Amino acid sequence: MTTTTPIIRSSPILAFIVLQICFIFFISTLPCSSGSEDSYTITGRVKIPPSNVIGHIAKFSNVKVILNGGQKITFLRPDGYFTFHEVPAGTHLIEVSAMGYFFSPVRIDVSARHRGKVQATLTETRRSLTELVLEPLREEQYYEIREPFNILSIVKSPMGLMVGFMVVVVFLMPKLMENIDPEEMKQAQEEMRRQGVPSLTSLLPGAGASR
Amino acid sequence: MAIRVFLTLLLFLSSAILSFALYEDQAGLTDWHQRYIGKVKHAVFHTQKTGRKRVIVSTEENVVASLDLRHGEIFWRHVLGTKDAIDGVGIALGKYVITLSSEGSTLRAWNLPDGQMVWETSLHSAQHSKSLLSVPINLKVDKDYPIIVFGGGYLHAVSAIDGEVLWKKDFTAEGFEVQRVLQPPGSSIIYVLGFINFSEAVVYQIDSKSGEVVAEKSMMFPGGFSGEISSVSSDKVVVLDSTRSILVTIGFIDGDISFQKTPISDLVEDSGKAEILSALLSNMLAVKVNKRTLFVKVGGEGKLEVVDSLSDETAMSDSLPVADDQEAFASVHHEGSKIHLMVKLVNELDNVLLRETIQMDQHRGRVHKVFMNNYIRTDRSNGFRALIVMEDHSLLLLQQGAIVWSREEGLASVTDVTTAELPLGKDGVSVAKVEHTLFEWLKGHVLKLKGSLLLASPEDVVAIQELRVKSSGKNKLTRDHNGFRKLILALTRPGKLFALHTGDGRIVWSMLLKSPSNSQACERPNGISLYQWQVPHHHAMDENPSVLVVGKCGSDSSAPGVLSFVDVYTGKEISSSDIGHSVVQVMPLPFTDSTEQRLHLIADTVGHVHLYPKTSEALSIFQREFQNVYWYTVEADIIRGHVMKGSCSSETADEYCFTTRELWTVVFPSESEKIISTLTRKPNEVVHTQAKVNSDQDLLYKYVSRNLLFVATVSPKGAGEIGSVTPEESSLVVYLIDTITGRILHRLSHQGCQGPVHAVFSENWVVYHYFNLRAHKYEVTVVEIYDQSRAENKNVWKLILGKHNLTAPITSYSRPEVFTKSQSYFFAQSVKTIAVTSTAKGITSKQLLIGTIGDQILALDKRFVDPRRTLNPSQAEKEEGIIPLTDTLPIIPQAYITHSHKVEGLRGIVTAPSKLESTTHVFAYGVDLFYTRLAPSKTYDSLTDDFSYALLLITIVALVAAIYITWVLSEKKELSEKWR
Repeated sequence: MTTTTPIIRSSPILAFIVLQICFIFFISTLPCSSGSEDSYTITGRVKIPPSNVIGHIAKFSNVKVILNGGQKITFLRPDGYFTFHEVPAGTHLIEVSAMGYFFSPVRIDVSARHRGKVQATLTETRRSLTELVLEPLREEQYYEIREPFNILSIVKSPMGLMVGFMVVVVFLMPKLMENIDPEEMKQAQEEMRRQGVPSLTSLLPGAGASR
Repeated sequence: MAIRVFLTLLLFLSSAILSFALYEDQAGLTDWHQRYIGKVKHAVFHTQKTGRKRVIVSTEENVVASLDLRHGEIFWRHVLGTKDAIDGVGIALGKYVITLSSEGSTLRAWNLPDGQMVWETSLHSAQHSKSLLSVPINLKVDKDYPIIVFGGGYLHAVSAIDGEVLWKKDFTAEGFEVQRVLQPPGSSIIYVLGFINFSEAVVYQIDSKSGEVVAEKSMMFPGGFSGEISSVSSDKVVVLDSTRSILVTIGFIDGDISFQKTPISDLVEDSGKAEILSALLSNMLAVKVNKRTLFVKVGGEGKLEVVDSLSDETAMSDSLPVADDQEAFASVHHEGSKIHLMVKLVNELDNVLLRETIQMDQHRGRVHKVFMNNYIRTDRSNGFRALIVMEDHSLLLLQQGAIVWSREEGLASVTDVTTAELPLGKDGVSVAKVEHTLFEWLKGHVLKLKGSLLLASPEDVVAIQELRVKSSGKNKLTRDHNGFRKLILALTRPGKLFALHTGDGRIVWSMLLKSPSNSQACERPNGISLYQWQVPHHHAMDENPSVLVVGKCGSDSSAPGVLSFVDVYTGKEISSSDIGHSVVQVMPLPFTDSTEQRLHLIADTVGHVHLYPKTSEALSIFQREFQNVYWYTVEADIIRGHVMKGSCSSETADEYCFTTRELWTVVFPSESEKIISTLTRKPNEVVHTQAKVNSDQDLLYKYVSRNLLFVATVSPKGAGEIGSVTPEESSLVVYLIDTITGRILHRLSHQGCQGPVHAVFSENWVVYHYFNLRAHKYEVTVVEIYDQSRAENKNVWKLILGKHNLTAPITSYSRPEVFTKSQSYFFAQSVKTIAVTSTAKGITSKQLLIGTIGDQILALDKRFVDPRRTLNPSQAEKEEGIIPLTDTLPIIPQAYITHSHKVEGLRGIVTAPSKLESTTHVFAYGVDLFYTRLAPSKTYDSLTDDFSYALLLITIVALVAAIYITWVLSEKKELSEKWR
């Protein structure tokens, strides 16, 4: 509405027409205004899509609508509508508290000049609403979901790893041994026999030199 | 080598899946949640129809609830806003619960079976006045009699079906206050009786259909009325005059008003200030004079006559029609440890329908309210049940001489919380007898294994849950190794102290504060705060620990205080004293005497401080540290620092009383700044390390001082609610002030922001939450404060050569060279309170516990509010655990520690360390209570409950078997090789 402000100052007739147009336009889209001189009524609606989340039944009786961080709290009617009465003109904040859903707070501009015309914007997504219909941004699942039984989860556990390692050693090592060329194998074995059992003294450089 | 890589990869994977949150079947294992409603103000029974018997109550915590009359459970409950106090409750059309709230300006109807709001009507109100709700009692549903509501100077008639305002009458001009609305059954004329300026009685006859005034009569009463009123019949009320010594019967038969004065002295010899007890009794009146209760019969011509009197204080119910056009009422009075419930007929006081004596716990105090209900017994006689509200706010249902159920509603108004240790287990008793046989043990673990692999059937799940609760032994009344079992001591507003077990939240003991002198002025002190008085560990091991309960007589700040010392193990009061001075501030000092009693200073309104305990030993300890004791006070825009001056023996003979003098003041400009929040660190917080290592091997020294005060101020215009101020008009400034010298260490200004500010202060950082008007979003800012003067110490050579200043004493007198780092983030919710986890040694990383507007508690890692976060952290920073910067703090649903519960009316969160370093106790209170145990960095020092011993055993068995098999196989192979 900032663009109309200078026009109002310059030409009252034009401003009146603009106002009228604004009015017709907004009354057709926003159901949310009525009231006396300085306090207005905000009416809106909370819409919760049919849920498939286990444990949360979308019950309107447990939903609260909160104005300005707790200044006023109201509840939903069976059809999902809510109303705040006697709200002064200005910029307000509406939050919806419903278990199992996350709602974005809504910035509500109640215009004093346009008899309580209401403009609503979701503060999280910065999306402006043509109608004050609040829908959850997302469902909230408060519990971790247990992964169904799978072999991988057992394998990943420390015990599974131990078993897995053992299996690898038992079954893969002989295979590895088989893959070695028999001649090479024999050579290696012979070498080992020649050297004897490697002792600690042989590993020490000094001891080796003295021999 | 490949195997090793594979293994490490697997290990990494297995550690990565360690989850942050609970599984659904783990809910309720370590946490508990208790639902309360608060002290009941009004109660309406709904027992006419067959089916569920219920009672609708409204409470001082602004709760409207439907309770099961058989068990006292909550069917449904709604917690209204904090400014939405309930003035009246009623049932209309047999299916709607009607509540009037906000001084008579909001009328709501709730569906009786499920609590769904049906309609809501805002009523016009112009001024503050008493409000009144009158719901017609009509048995015929088809006839719609309107609900009559008075509030704010207007009388409204509202249709019960849809909440439509049928008509309204403006009484604001003449200052008319409605006292009673009488709706004679079967008539469309209603009588509205009220006073103008408490000196003129006016009766309007109004047509309830149209709102037309049929007749109006008024009469002056020169003495003036006190405002207390009792209806005695459809055309008569009795009121007290302003001197409280004359009862005036006002009759308004057919629109004629008549007064009839009866001085109290005519009724009873020892006259005094009278008080009307009953609100609605037919042809009867109960008056309290000089602690005596008089039953006064109101005759046909307004003649008053004393028919009965009781010597003790009595609580009365309204009268209730019973069979044959008779009315009965209930009265409850005390006698020693018993209470007597009597139900009498109004017309024949000698005819006692019911007389029951019930043993009552002394710690429940006196009976405050009685609500009566009748039912027809199988033999067609009348049975009665009474709902009573006690002094400690508890709610009890009495029926057939017994307490059918009770609810400890005092716990809905917790004011202060502390924790205490349980007694040590005696040998032989503490040995857990959990697993009886090996088979049972194995079976249990196989069950658990099945559960964790999701193979369990529903019956198995139940069995697992039972097993877990049983095997954990969490409900025992002895100390455990991990410090998981503790007592939570909660002080409530009515002055009752509760000890709750952390295992299951049951009440171990409870104690109602008593006035020590039993003086007339202070019958029952209010609870203010709780302090650890004696925590024996080194000396005095055989002493029981005790807590100090500070109470106050009356509500004003200069009311005299009461101290009470309570043994934590037994819940018995050790001693109590009337201290004779007011309590403004209680300061625990860091000194204890030889019996481990902590020294406390109590400041009063005069500016003196008093030392407790009043022993010569404490005095000598205090004298030694006399020069080092500083304290501060916070007023609207001034913070003052004080220091001890001398003994105030010149004024009083009390040698434990000291005078103080002002040392410094910080004055904020009152036209631009107003203090809205102050905060210090928790005095018992443990800081593990003084330094923080950066990713580039740089060292930062934390500025850890116990004497830092966080102050938040806003422009006076911005002190109101959101929406009342534009961004240009409001700014928020935060300060960090040293409370010894009054030096401002840091100042940070947020333009276009406003309160409310919720903050948490721990170690060397403050996190605070406020509203940004420009972005129209909530913001969270973190400020970390570091010590610059010790920054040069990071050079190793300096350390080796001893040229560091680490051993230099840290003093507040020297000018600290500090620097701060801060960062701000958006946060998507309003906040009610913020706390931080605390662990035994302070090693474990911290989590912020954010109580959101939806009454849930969100755990947020401190890593998310770290000023070193950058948009693109380097590899080294990533390894250190620095999260890339985002503009908004994440809200992860699994991080709600309250999972699927709500702590309705959340007011505070308390954390306490357990003995296990990784774990912390969290207790949240409001209307509800919630407790859980948290491990902010996972339980790295113990195996989780989930640890599958069965799987371990199976693996070991499998390994042994495999070893044996491979051994046999290799033997065989060797043999065959040898044969070859």
